[in-house]
Amino acid sequence: MNRKAIREDLNSRVFNAFNITLLVIITLVIIIPLWNVIISSLSSGQALAEGGFIFWSPEFSLENYRAVFQDDSIWQAFFISVSKTVLGVATHVFFCAMIGYALSKQNLRGRKLYVAMGVITMFFSGGMIPIYLLIKSLGLLNTFWVYIIPALFSYYDVVILMNFFRNVPDALEESAKIDGAGEWRIFLKIFIPLSMPAMATIALFNGVGQWNDFLTTKLYITDQALYPLQMKLYEIIVQSQTQSMQNASSAVIETTTKGVQLATIVITTLPIVVIYPLLQRYFISGIMMGAVKE
Amino acid sequence: MAKLAVTEPVNGKPNEKTTMGQKIKEFAVDFWRQRELQSMIIPGIIFMIIFCYIPIYGLTIAFKSYTVIDTLDSAPWVGLENFKIIMSDQYFWDAVVNTLAISFLKLGIGFIIPIILAIMIYELSFTRMKKFVQTVSYLPHFLSWIVLGGMMINWFSTTGLFNQILLDLGIISKGQNILLDPGKYWWIATLSDIWKEAGWGTILYLAIMAKIDPTYYEAAKIDGASRIRQIWNITLPNMRSIISLNLILTVSGLLGSNLDQTLVLMNSQNRETAEVINSYVYRMGLTQGDFSYATAVGLGVSIVSVILLVTANKVTSKLNDNQSVL
Repeated sequence: MNRKAIREDLNSRVFNAFNITLLVIITLVIIIPLWNVIISSLSSGQALAEGGFIFWSPEFSLENYRAVFQDDSIWQAFFISVSKTVLGVATHVFFCAMIGYALSKQNLRGRKLYVAMGVITMFFSGGMIPIYLLIKSLGLLNTFWVYIIPALFSYYDVVILMNFFRNVPDALEESAKIDGAGEWRIFLKIFIPLSMPAMATIALFNGVGQWNDFLTTKLYITDQALYPLQMKLYEIIVQSQTQSMQNASSAVIETTTKGVQLATIVITTLPIVVIYPLLQRYFISGIMMGAVKE
Repeated sequence: MAKLAVTEPVNGKPNEKTTMGQKIKEFAVDFWRQRELQSMIIPGIIFMIIFCYIPIYGLTIAFKSYTVIDTLDSAPWVGLENFKIIMSDQYFWDAVVNTLAISFLKLGIGFIIPIILAIMIYELSFTRMKKFVQTVSYLPHFLSWIVLGGMMINWFSTTGLFNQILLDLGIISKGQNILLDPGKYWWIATLSDIWKEAGWGTILYLAIMAKIDPTYYEAAKIDGASRIRQIWNITLPNMRSIISLNLILTVSGLLGSNLDQTLVLMNSQNRETAEVINSYVYRMGLTQGDFSYATAVGLGVSIVSVILLVTANKVTSKLNDNQSVL
């Protein structure tokens, strides 16, 4: 018996050692490349041209960031990114909550039809071209509103909020009704404050989506003044690629664009990294809400 | 003050015959009584009609010959003409091959890795390290494909990180930019996707594993089961239904290869292996203006996707004692 316990212990230790080693390697595989980008963005043009460093740059410099911040169009792009994210999230969450609230009432007339219509939208879509033609005929091409209006609604988020609203105790609603409150007032004054955790989850997810969204711009926007950071970065990337392919000898141009590219990458990602600790608290519960109850 | 808007559904008494007229009247009365609630839902319905159902109707241009001067209704019908052209379009078939290759690589490797990773994290007994590994592994999910693409271009450049590591390890003697090598693109697309999403994919599995009754493991330990055996006989069977659900969703998305990823990683050198169906639709429709043709391609893909979804659901429900997961 004793010997068996010892053998089991040894077996378990080998397993643990193997497991931990592998996980450390996986973690390094993620961290080292990200670290390398940060270090590279802080490197001088000379160091970037020579390359060949992994953990530490031979020569640090802020010239890349200076070059990026001197470009007015980056500030403009930053402003577009922030405003479309803030406005987009606020309107999306409110719109979905409003629909989710109405759908959470089992006695809503026509509820079955509404739910069926919503579910269909999760599985079928017109696809890229018909949606493009619609956006075009609505006159949304090259307007700021193309970031906001088509992104207002997501049935997935409606379902999450609807399920959350269902868990609000009926007694609260009834007492409000006795005091003479209408549905709108109950929704705004009772359900929204009580559902802050669910709304925050959706807001954060939607916010990351808006911040990272690039296709909307690529498909519907040609006006440079409306480019968000992601599109700006895409342009810089494509530019440098064509340059380096057309003219491999122009090392100077290449390293400058490389530096600008790296600094733009870091700037574009920074807001996400800053809110990431906040995000992490919410997203696990958020994913569970969506997956389990649906 | 607003009227009380909540009403019990007016059920017709079982034996009493209600005429159509009465039903409509009842509906209208209830609807009016619930006008506040209905005013909340109607904007959503209007949204769905405009942004989801009108584009579904717009799919009809796949059967038409649509040019910029036409409207959706005035364009002449051409039947299956567009689909016939697709069949003989070499570029389309190249895109299909690339899409399938990348998707199956993503499915074959990318589906299993999150499961293994989740089990590894679950088996880790140090809480702090567990948290740290999770935090790090989720992080890449929050990078956009544009950002990651930009990073990759730097990592893989001849003087970049990737080549430097290989040089230091003595695997290669001269730096080479593998992003310009069409023979490697499928692997680049697959592995970068796994790097980005594997950690994120563990969340659901970890949440399911947290619900497994710990007494199972205790009982297995007393019976002398090794850790591997415990994973095989307790952890995995408990995850079966969530794994099949995930598999169904992955299979149905097989043909919808990531457009963001392709747009940022594709270049003039690797185009032949990088072009996927979505980027082909984008190129034909929006850059070359052949709307009808691009829509036909998109429609064909959606139809195949729905068939894949239904088939995958059937297969997995057979495997799961005839219980449909969807």
